[in-house]
Amino acid sequence: MSNFGNYEERTKNFSWSLSEQELGYQPGQPINIGWYCSDRVCQQGKADKIALIWEGFSAEKKIYTYNDLRRYSNTFARFLTDSGLKAGDRVCLFMDRIPELYIGFVGILKTGAIAQPLFSAFGEDSLFVRLENAQTAAIFTQKKHVAKVRKIKDKLPSLQHIFIVDYDGRSPLQERETAFSMEALGGVEDYDIYPTYAESPSVLHYTSGTTGMPKGVQHVHYSLISQYLTAKWVLDLRDDDIYWCTADPGWVTGTSYGIIAPFSLGVTQCVLDSGFSAEAWYRFIENNKITVWYSAPTAIRSLMKAGDEIIKKFNLSLLRHLASVGEPLNPEAVNWSIRVFGKPFHDTYWQTETGCILITNFPGMTVKPGSMGRAFPGITATILNPNTYEPYPHPGKIGLIGIKPGWPSMMRGYWKNEEAYKNKFHNGWYLTGDRARLDSDGYFWFVGRDDDIINTGGHLVSPFEVESALLEHQAVAESAVVSKPDPINMEVVKAFVTLKPGHSPSKDIELDIMNYIRKKLSPLAMPQEIEFVNTLPKTRSGKIMRRILHAKEWGEEAGDTSTLEND
Amino acid sequence: MDELKEVIKNYVTDEYLEPDSDPIDYETPLISGGIVDSFSMVSLKRFLENKYQIQIPDEKATPEAFDSVNKIAELVKEFVKG
Repeated sequence: MSNFGNYEERTKNFSWSLSEQELGYQPGQPINIGWYCSDRVCQQGKADKIALIWEGFSAEKKIYTYNDLRRYSNTFARFLTDSGLKAGDRVCLFMDRIPELYIGFVGILKTGAIAQPLFSAFGEDSLFVRLENAQTAAIFTQKKHVAKVRKIKDKLPSLQHIFIVDYDGRSPLQERETAFSMEALGGVEDYDIYPTYAESPSVLHYTSGTTGMPKGVQHVHYSLISQYLTAKWVLDLRDDDIYWCTADPGWVTGTSYGIIAPFSLGVTQCVLDSGFSAEAWYRFIENNKITVWYSAPTAIRSLMKAGDEIIKKFNLSLLRHLASVGEPLNPEAVNWSIRVFGKPFHDTYWQTETGCILITNFPGMTVKPGSMGRAFPGITATILNPNTYEPYPHPGKIGLIGIKPGWPSMMRGYWKNEEAYKNKFHNGWYLTGDRARLDSDGYFWFVGRDDDIINTGGHLVSPFEVESALLEHQAVAESAVVSKPDPINMEVVKAFVTLKPGHSPSKDIELDIMNYIRKKLSPLAMPQEIEFVNTLPKTRSGKIMRRILHAKEWGEEAGDTSTLEND
Repeated sequence: MDELKEVIKNYVTDEYLEPDSDPIDYETPLISGGIVDSFSMVSLKRFLENKYQIQIPDEKATPEAFDSVNKIAELVKEFVKG
């Protein structure tokens, strides 16, 4: 029997107060995610229980109990307070998946500051726009990433502190830099946790926009209420589970379900800080006796590509529940997991803005391979007519996924961008930007994005951001960026480029542009293919018509081309 | 073969390592070690194809085959020989 049980029973008279009661939260009283993730678990008698099993790529291993998590997160909190950081300040975590990332996140929240995790593979430009927008006051990073911070810090007057967590003294610290070693400082027994309340800001995650620069999605401490319950019911986490969420905390899955949910449930979780290798992943599951595994379609398809034979080398029999997030999970992947693991991956659907799972295939219920599943109790999800923003009265029609606002972890705004936030709502519905259809059993089926955003390997990439960066390359005159199909990542970035006079298309120039974008933005944003063209399709007013190029890549009809400029 | 390995090692060092990073050798794990991710692997593959005038099929361009300078050199050799 799963934690969730019966769908009809759970949805009948559902109230989020159920989660509040389980967490012992009284509305109006302080609520601090950092306390719930560490101190409270210790007070429940689980101080010696393992909170985190961490492995590096060279098989280095570290283990932290809940008491370690409590004391070391206090170390972070005390250090920040002593450094002059205060509630509401933005504190960035720009690190690989090392223990300090997970423990530091909890510590930042204890101070009332806002945790701003950023993907450590971001290039200097991607890092700069996010730190500048947030007016970030401090950043924790590693010596391998500090060079990127040094390149941009002079343009960031708000950034007063650069904390290097693994400083080894081999080269001198520069202005604003401080060495911080969690283990050398040792665990701090007592720290007065800042009394945050339900609506106090907690986490700032950045997500890509269609036409503008990245937007800071602002969450609050009350998000815990839905992150806790969805992890319990959808991921089916129990006290004796060993859990592995493969997501990087630079993205929302890695914080909502890679830090907040498992720690607040007092579950033991594992982290593997290494690149992808099928053998290493299966060995990690076997060695750590993992029971619940939350991963992504791109990883699952990469495992499929590695073949079935390799699986036979490992004992994976303790795996009891599998879930997936980031992009639609294709039916072949679900059927493959049933064949090789004896159980399906359960697709889960949600976004950076939603903070928690909204639609899912629940444990214990029939999984329809390829479907997104059904709405979580308390979530009113529907398919909207894109012209009227009214729900379609009957299933079967393709439209926009709309959600009635009001669940605990819904974003409270885009950082310093009220207009973009307002535009996410129409006719009383939150617009996800995704299109889907609903079947007669209440299951949602993903169709595609409603905008130009590219979902590559579960990460959103803004074509606008890539196009802007391309124009800074010395050889590029104009560019248009669209997605193209990819068997592993679902979509990858493709760029159409016209060159400036004096430059000719060549394989070398293509590689040079690819590497330029990779370093400037991130590997995710790097075009996997560049097509050199003489002209780009434009409207008569000069706007590049991305949809014509998109249609070409996907073998679709281009639609209305009446506004297309003639050559 | 050693010249090929040096070319690959130097390219990875120049393109994928941050300044002050620990130097790599022919056996350093590149993909599993997080130095080159699966997206960046595409640009490394493109470099090899351009440099050695070869075509590496996608099914051969696996994370395992790109996981060290030695492994990449073996892969390239397979196609350079024709």
